[in-house]
Amino acid sequence: MSDKIKKVEGITKESTQAMIDKSLAVYPEKGRKKRAPHLAPNDQSSESACVKSNKKTVPGVMSARGCAYAGAKGVVWGPIRDMVHVSHGPVGCGWYSWGTRRNLVTGTTGVDKFDMQFTSDFQEKDIVYGGDKKLAVLLREAKDLFPLAKGISVLSECPVGLIGDDINSVAKASAKELDIPIIPCNCEGFRGVSQSLGHHISNDTIRDYIIGTREFAEPSSPYDIALIGEYNIGGDAWSTKPLLEECGLNVKAVWTGDGEIEKIAATHTVKLNVIHCYRSMNYMCKVMEEKYGIPWIELNFFGPTKIRESLRKLAELFDDSIKEKVEAVIAKYDPQMQAVVEQYRPRLEGKTVMLYVGGLRPRHTINAYEDLGMTCVGSGYEFAHGDDYDRTAPEMPDATVVYDDVTELEFEEFADALKPDLVGSGIKEKYLFQKMGIPFRQMHSWDYSGPYHGYKGFPIFARDIDMAINSPTWELVKAPF
Amino acid sequence: MRQIAIYGKGGIGKSTTTQNTVAGLAYLGKKVMIVGCDPKADSTRLILHAKAQNTVMDLVRELGTVEDLELEDVMKVGYGDVKCVESGGPEPGVGCAGRGVITAINFLEENGAYTPDLDFVFYDVLGDVVCGGFAMPIREGKAEEIYIVCSGEMMAMYAANNIAKGILKYASSGKVRLAGLICNARKTDMEFELVSALAAKLSTQMIHFVPRDNQVQRAEMRRMTVIEYSPEHPQAQEYRDLAEKILNNKMLVVPTPLEMEELEDLLMEFGVMEAEDESVVGVAEAAA
Repeated sequence: MSDKIKKVEGITKESTQAMIDKSLAVYPEKGRKKRAPHLAPNDQSSESACVKSNKKTVPGVMSARGCAYAGAKGVVWGPIRDMVHVSHGPVGCGWYSWGTRRNLVTGTTGVDKFDMQFTSDFQEKDIVYGGDKKLAVLLREAKDLFPLAKGISVLSECPVGLIGDDINSVAKASAKELDIPIIPCNCEGFRGVSQSLGHHISNDTIRDYIIGTREFAEPSSPYDIALIGEYNIGGDAWSTKPLLEECGLNVKAVWTGDGEIEKIAATHTVKLNVIHCYRSMNYMCKVMEEKYGIPWIELNFFGPTKIRESLRKLAELFDDSIKEKVEAVIAKYDPQMQAVVEQYRPRLEGKTVMLYVGGLRPRHTINAYEDLGMTCVGSGYEFAHGDDYDRTAPEMPDATVVYDDVTELEFEEFADALKPDLVGSGIKEKYLFQKMGIPFRQMHSWDYSGPYHGYKGFPIFARDIDMAINSPTWELVKAPF
Repeated sequence: MRQIAIYGKGGIGKSTTTQNTVAGLAYLGKKVMIVGCDPKADSTRLILHAKAQNTVMDLVRELGTVEDLELEDVMKVGYGDVKCVESGGPEPGVGCAGRGVITAINFLEENGAYTPDLDFVFYDVLGDVVCGGFAMPIREGKAEEIYIVCSGEMMAMYAANNIAKGILKYASSGKVRLAGLICNARKTDMEFELVSALAAKLSTQMIHFVPRDNQVQRAEMRRMTVIEYSPEHPQAQEYRDLAEKILNNKMLVVPTPLEMEELEDLLMEFGVMEAEDESVVGVAEAAA
């Protein structure tokens, strides 16, 4: 944290700025002017953002960003397993966003999970005559085919917003007719600068249509909490939820990993919201705080140091019985984690990593690498806002490079200059770095592995990082150029 | 707050009628906002004495995204403290004007333009409801009261009937109601009687008959409403009367639009159209 300024040998504010200037040099003047404020050396003690963020991507560069629809379907709605999620519009958006995010779910398909692809499959005639009638038919058919679904979300693709179909009124009429919640979400892809607006729109939709419409069956207790912004990527929630329960807390709802609509709808009765992905769900935490007086706390469950810190922060908000349980949990797992560190740290000590992920991991995972003896020499987000970068400053070593909505050119230049031992980013970046001979992990989906969260996740994380960096593959391949 | 949408055939005088009526309401001490929903962006010029107001979409184009827009950049205050916003949109033939209306109204909602001190919000909408975007002002939670501006001309009445069909669709699933026809007179034959009769067939009323008067044009050349330009002129009184009638109007109906034959019968009844002679259809002049 900020009480200790972390330095990296050979990296100074000047060296980082020179590297940034070099990468900007090839841009035309207008592009350079636009990109420059998004790149800066970190000022660790400042606790404030050193870069501009949440702005429109500069045309002509390659961006890894997604769209508002992707933020709504892929992130917020998709993981709610007991609902049917309709991609409303032409078939492609639904198809290419189907099952790609590895938000794992329990249940039996068609009974208590509905992880199929539902789409209204717009054709020319639907664009010309409107898709509202088709949507009403689709909703009826979905209800007939899957009578056990607890609700239906209607997620607008671009053309729906263009032709101005009123999905809100169709949803309202159909919800009445079919007697299930039907949630219209106006998350057309062209809205906003990135997937971030899709998260926000979806939060607003939960606020307007879901929260407060149900109560939990069981009586409430002082230890009722909800886990917010936990999407169960690679099974993360199946690590954090039991961990919090072991600490004596009742995790009444998870938003939205392996999620259930009725539990989400009853979350207004919990005593505390624990938020993990701040970027995508802080909006609803703030709504619940204002409307229902529920406090919230942002915690980090990556790596033993942060887990310990987070659990103790959490315990402070509860009585002694929780504090005792938390200490017992830490005492139980610390030695196990120490064993993991002892196994992998000698193989990873001094290695460097560069990160570029979505809206949370570029800061939350830094300490987990540090637990393994590694150093983060560069980090940035696809769609973060200023408050995310404020929170990033204390986590990153001083003077290391921070990049917002980084372009493929800048990222490549930085990696070329910094020669990291690992890059953690997305599928679109993967092959570029592998061709450069740099080990890579796809850190949106945990590269088909996971969980990485909590005590259960750390040994897997450590193994995967070791496997990536120390793979003999990199000795065997030589780039021909 | 009462939200009112004004529809009608293109060129019928919606913007002029709206602004003069709003000026009348402002004259009566009411707080009003006008939201222009037409890419031509001429719904507020008489209130603001401006050639063209900065529209929401103009600024979105300049800034790149609607998220960077501030309410005070697009909301101007004119005669009688009337708040004015124009949605704006593309020039004819490109882009999507309907989405411009959706974007603008969403923006106003999200940024708190609908303040509780407002007595009225007026939406001045493009002549033809050609896509869902132009129906945005009458979606749920928005305008529930619609006035159609028309005249005794045949095409204006066709358009009024078609708009009534659109309203019927929204009325059957929501709270939107037809509140009346405003006759913006063109001095056609039996205009008062004909529009009154159409109103009756639609189950509504002709709320006011605005006589044709060049004073309106004289005021427009000065980018003013008649009420501001010449408050003592009889035409100004006409608009004040219309404002007063709207203020007190309780007659909100689900319209009963006519089938094409019925409408033609009505026009024939008043001598606007002649009865069809099937024997002359498709017969060239030389052959007759």
